[in-house]
Amino acid sequence: MALELTGITKRFPNVLANDDVSLSVGEGEIVAMLGENGAGKTTLMNVLFGLYTPDEGEVVIDGKPLEFGSPGASIAAGLGMVHQHFMLVPVFSVAENVILGLEPTNGVGWINQKEARRLVNDISNRYNLAVDPDAMVEDIPVGVQQRVEIIKVLIRDAKYIIFDEPTAVLTPPEVEEFFAIVRGLKEDGRGVIFITHKLNEVIEVADRIVVLRDGKSVGEADPKATTQSHLAEMMVGRPVDLVVSKDPAEPKDEVLSVDRLVVLDDRGQRTVEDLSLSVHAGEIVGIAGVQGNGQTELVEAITGMRPALMGNIRVGGVDVTEFTPRQMHHLGVAHVPEDRQESGLVMAFTIAENMVLDSYYDHPYSRGVRMDWGVATDAAERLVREYDVKAKRVDAPVSTLSGGNQQKVIVAREFDRGVKLVIASQPTRGVDVGSIEYIHARIVEERDAGEAILVVSSELDEVMALSDRVLVMFEGRIVGEFDPTTTSTTEIGLAMLGSGGNDE
Amino acid sequence: MTATANPNDMIHVRATPEEKRSTIIGAVLIALGAYIFWQFGLGVEPGLQATFNLSLQTDTVQGLAWVVDPRQFSMIIGVIVAGLGGWRLTRRALQYTNLSLAISFLLLVMAFLAWAAAGSQFSLVGMLRSTVVLSVVVVFGALTGLMCERVGVVNIGIEGQLLAGAFAAVVLSSAFGTAAGVLGGVAVGALLGWLLAWLSIRFQVDQIIAGVVINFLALGLTSLMSARILSEIQTLNAPERIPAIRIPFLADIPVLGAMFFDHTYFVYGMFLLVFGIHYGLFYSRWGLRSRSVGEHPKAADTAGINVYWVRYRNVILGGMIAGFGGAFLGLAQVARFEENMTGGIGFIGLAAMIFGRWLPIGALGAGLVFGLSRAVQQKVAILNTGIPSEFLFMVPYIVTIIVVAGVVGRTRPPAADGIPYIKD
Repeated sequence: MALELTGITKRFPNVLANDDVSLSVGEGEIVAMLGENGAGKTTLMNVLFGLYTPDEGEVVIDGKPLEFGSPGASIAAGLGMVHQHFMLVPVFSVAENVILGLEPTNGVGWINQKEARRLVNDISNRYNLAVDPDAMVEDIPVGVQQRVEIIKVLIRDAKYIIFDEPTAVLTPPEVEEFFAIVRGLKEDGRGVIFITHKLNEVIEVADRIVVLRDGKSVGEADPKATTQSHLAEMMVGRPVDLVVSKDPAEPKDEVLSVDRLVVLDDRGQRTVEDLSLSVHAGEIVGIAGVQGNGQTELVEAITGMRPALMGNIRVGGVDVTEFTPRQMHHLGVAHVPEDRQESGLVMAFTIAENMVLDSYYDHPYSRGVRMDWGVATDAAERLVREYDVKAKRVDAPVSTLSGGNQQKVIVAREFDRGVKLVIASQPTRGVDVGSIEYIHARIVEERDAGEAILVVSSELDEVMALSDRVLVMFEGRIVGEFDPTTTSTTEIGLAMLGSGGNDE
Repeated sequence: MTATANPNDMIHVRATPEEKRSTIIGAVLIALGAYIFWQFGLGVEPGLQATFNLSLQTDTVQGLAWVVDPRQFSMIIGVIVAGLGGWRLTRRALQYTNLSLAISFLLLVMAFLAWAAAGSQFSLVGMLRSTVVLSVVVVFGALTGLMCERVGVVNIGIEGQLLAGAFAAVVLSSAFGTAAGVLGGVAVGALLGWLLAWLSIRFQVDQIIAGVVINFLALGLTSLMSARILSEIQTLNAPERIPAIRIPFLADIPVLGAMFFDHTYFVYGMFLLVFGIHYGLFYSRWGLRSRSVGEHPKAADTAGINVYWVRYRNVILGGMIAGFGGAFLGLAQVARFEENMTGGIGFIGLAAMIFGRWLPIGALGAGLVFGLSRAVQQKVAILNTGIPSEFLFMVPYIVTIIVVAGVVGRTRPPAADGIPYIKD
């Protein structure tokens, strides 16, 4: 009895996302699928789960071939999937999300709420998940949301469960809890596919490791007999330096000072609460924390994209609390936003247009009412060369670039104008290893040139590797300050959960 | 980290949007209260009386009336409205901002009526009954929009669906009788619902454009056929008016009986639909699946729900509701077809849907507000107040603009509203 994929090929316009991939998972087995961002892991799983139809290949579950293109058929065949971006309706209760699609009704279509609650409680108790069926999904932390997803899969009695980057949103202690749940599923006799790009995790939890690169499966590894650097090499195709090399920081004058800031989110909740911090020239300050603890609103307030309710923000002594993004730009503040496709780039514009998006209205790009595209194109071509953007032409739409190269376009635009403060939010999210190395090196370079840098990332490894000081954010406050060279990941992980950590 | 708030700290506190809104509305209400005081209170000659009749000629209980001194009455109302405004200025109890607005609106209407009826008589119960009747098409329109938007399809074509439904109902009723007329109206509504779904799901045509196409299609076709056929064969534009059904006992209650229990079955159907859809949306399998498709279609898809089928089904059901509303307009309210007889009421329905926050009961409340503003306009035109009737005619549309411009505060539409679901 097993889940078997044979020769799966999936093509998108311009991209071969999966190229003849084969994979099998047995009952009671945990198989890790390792690969970089863009290696084709998620595409493969979406094929398996009926969201995409493959161009070639077949899937056999316990001897029966799977019908493609229908999540209903995949569920019926015994597949369950916990997606990277949770498939939960935020305005529904936990119970409503769990029963969606197999609602217990009284026969004429009215939902039996009691039965729905009982179903959730049963599974929650059996697997020790501690989930309240009546809580609204938008009000519970992401770690709990993930457990709701697991309940959804278990209630459909899935025999093979796929987890897509399940630890991306968890703190280190939560990751341990998650592994315990996964091992419980294995003991139940269920097969687990665990998709990730984190090397230490696969070694810890997997029975077998499959590595994917550029849409092709490039080999298998035994977690007991392999090393992280070997896996990294298989994943990237060349030896990788996993450490950011930098000299100790030499902090100088204070550049950014945030004083008792309170910011509201879109729903009017106080998501940044009485927060103070400062960043000096020549240092990198990293903000760690589970996503959704106010980091987004903090960055938006600092960069002028969201009004502050209370408190002050100063840059180089100037009160910028009510500055617009353009005023911040003129002051020499660079902003790498957390979602490049939403607020960093205009995806339908060309690379050159995106490169001048912040300064098009000014000399030398603008001549009165007319744009001087010649000058803009020349500037873009120079930036593409200098910042190692892999693009053939600057008049191609930026959407044709890979995630890493899109991110480099933003870095090029933001860094190339004599800035004194850099605000980088999730600077390497969804970016390949080569680009991560490049962007990290570039950030360190900017620091050494005497700029003040604030890095916000939900990847703890990134914050630890890059920062000279680490601040931990929890429920809108800074709950601890750490020296990354002398602190363990576990200690910071506990602070990210709101417990432990040294108060400021 | 316990931040001890030192009152001497110079912390710049800025207002939240809700607080700002409270302040603005407070100031507006104070100004409004003062206006009511001067214009509708002191503006009336002392000694005049306004008589509000509370009985219709058809009522069992006759001769009920409410006599007020408009001067005193409006001055008191002016003070109350200004008081509500002052309460808003304190920025306390922000959740009552909308309630204060609603109360002030009703009081404004009362003061205005007392002023207009000073020295004469005014049928208050007649106006209240008209409020219900005039809100029916608006509510059907709002329910249509809601059925579609709850599953993520924006329906701008409500107006056209109402108009086509009215046309089909009138012609078929004239030719084959009332039942054929009502069913025909519903069928044509379903057809136009299907057209919207087909264009926006199958071809992913921009939903706004698809809706506009439906409006022009319905307006053009019905006007053409009205000019070419109905004006030639006038028997096709003479449907039998659908009679009211008096509900025994309930219809005999003073005021309420005339307002709610002496109507055609369309009106009773409207109330049933409002409560049925409301409870269905939140407590039935159909509602849960519909809302999931409008909020997060991918989540619905991965739970094995056919997103396209749910969208088709609800958009067609919405079209049927519009067709039913059109049949009411053509067979009960007017009892003949006139070119462009909907006159924008479908768009007012869309506004009522937003005002009612995508809730059927909210849509009913919003529909009644629009019905009231039209009823006031119609009844006051008879009173000879010196206000140009053109201005009174604008009132419902002005109310729409004010409502949609955000006076009711932030509302949250379904998250996937208007976004096509593309699988690959």
